[in-house]
Amino acid sequence: MAAGEELTLTGYIQHHLTNGQVSIGDGWFWKLNVDTLAWSIGLGLIFLWIFKRAANKATLGVPGKFQCFIEMVVEFVDQNVKDTFHGRSRLIAPLALTIFVWVFLMNLMDLIPVDFLPALAGQIGVLSGAVESSHDVYMKVVPTTDLNLTLALGIGVFALIIFYSIRVKGLMGFIKELTLHPFSSKNVVVQVLFIPVNLLLESVTLIAKPVSLGLRLFGNLYAGELIFILIAALGLFQLPLHFVWAVFHILVIVLQAFIFMMLTIVYLSMASEDNH
Amino acid sequence: MNLNATLIGELIAFIVFVWFCMKFVWPPLNGAIEARQKKIEDGLAASDKAEKDLELARKKATEQLKEAKAEAAEIIEQAKKRATQIVDEETSRGHEEREKIIAQGHSEIEAERNRAKEELRKQVASLAVIGAEKILEREINEAAHSDIVEKLVAEL
Repeated sequence: MAAGEELTLTGYIQHHLTNGQVSIGDGWFWKLNVDTLAWSIGLGLIFLWIFKRAANKATLGVPGKFQCFIEMVVEFVDQNVKDTFHGRSRLIAPLALTIFVWVFLMNLMDLIPVDFLPALAGQIGVLSGAVESSHDVYMKVVPTTDLNLTLALGIGVFALIIFYSIRVKGLMGFIKELTLHPFSSKNVVVQVLFIPVNLLLESVTLIAKPVSLGLRLFGNLYAGELIFILIAALGLFQLPLHFVWAVFHILVIVLQAFIFMMLTIVYLSMASEDNH
Repeated sequence: MNLNATLIGELIAFIVFVWFCMKFVWPPLNGAIEARQKKIEDGLAASDKAEKDLELARKKATEQLKEAKAEAAEIIEQAKKRATQIVDEETSRGHEEREKIIAQGHSEIEAERNRAKEELRKQVASLAVIGAEKILEREINEAAHSDIVEKLVAEL
């Protein structure tokens, strides 16, 4: 618990839950969470670097252990995609792989004890003379506890859902899907009356997908992180508790990455199936 | 409000990562995996085929061995027959030869005996003449009584 002089529990927790921000314009929107961006892009680059290295070394012969591990991940993702997504697409499998590994790596940051990296950043800030106290340096190291990131992923998937829907069913087909279901009638007048109701319901269904994707990941990781912070505030007793929660959290981080990937595949599979 | 421009930044990062993964990471990795799977599949098929071939070859070898054994037995049988035949032939030829040699021997002995007989006869004649000469030296001359001696010799 490295922090400033007047340390209160609330202050400590708030400090841990505040992003390091830089304003790039006027208004509340034009701010960048530098920590989220740096960690997520850094981890994304690590993911791509590792997998690109494996891809460069990929041979037909007997693979090494590193190669085997990477191929295991690739095959796992590929199998899930093949089981769920029945169309043919060059995008879905790499998309699923990117989501799975990237989200997993970002979630993995949660297992680093909550004070290590923020404290380090604080010391660097003080030593470089940028700030007076290490308490003025804000850094959240788990990018998936930032709603911006999880919703960005959700919006990306949402865009793909719409893209696939329109590509498979055509624009009219997509509009029909939004307006003629779930209530439909042979009677034209009744059908016209149903259209706004259907549009409302289907829009909610559609928009719920990216929102639920983003909020689920955010909520799980944010809660996990918060519990880590609370445990860290306990003093000496944090050690056994931290261990237990970390072990449990190993499950959570893999599971959340997997769920995000699976739901993405399922949504895109639903979008590209013309079942009406 | 927590949402801000980070959202846009992350969205761009997400798109770039997925694009990079789709372009440079997934195809070679998946390609390698699929190619290896194909290779292993081919290898297994080849090994199955080789096993079948081996079984076939083994059967063929057994058959050929049996055939060869039968042939060998036949050849041995023939050789035995021929050997017996040769032995028989040689034996009969030996017999013939023996008979011939014996016959020759007999005739030679016969001839010798005749010659000896003749010689003996001649010598006896001359001995008789000499004896008679000696006996008759005093009483008769050779010329007067030689015809009697001749007669005597012829009777021997």
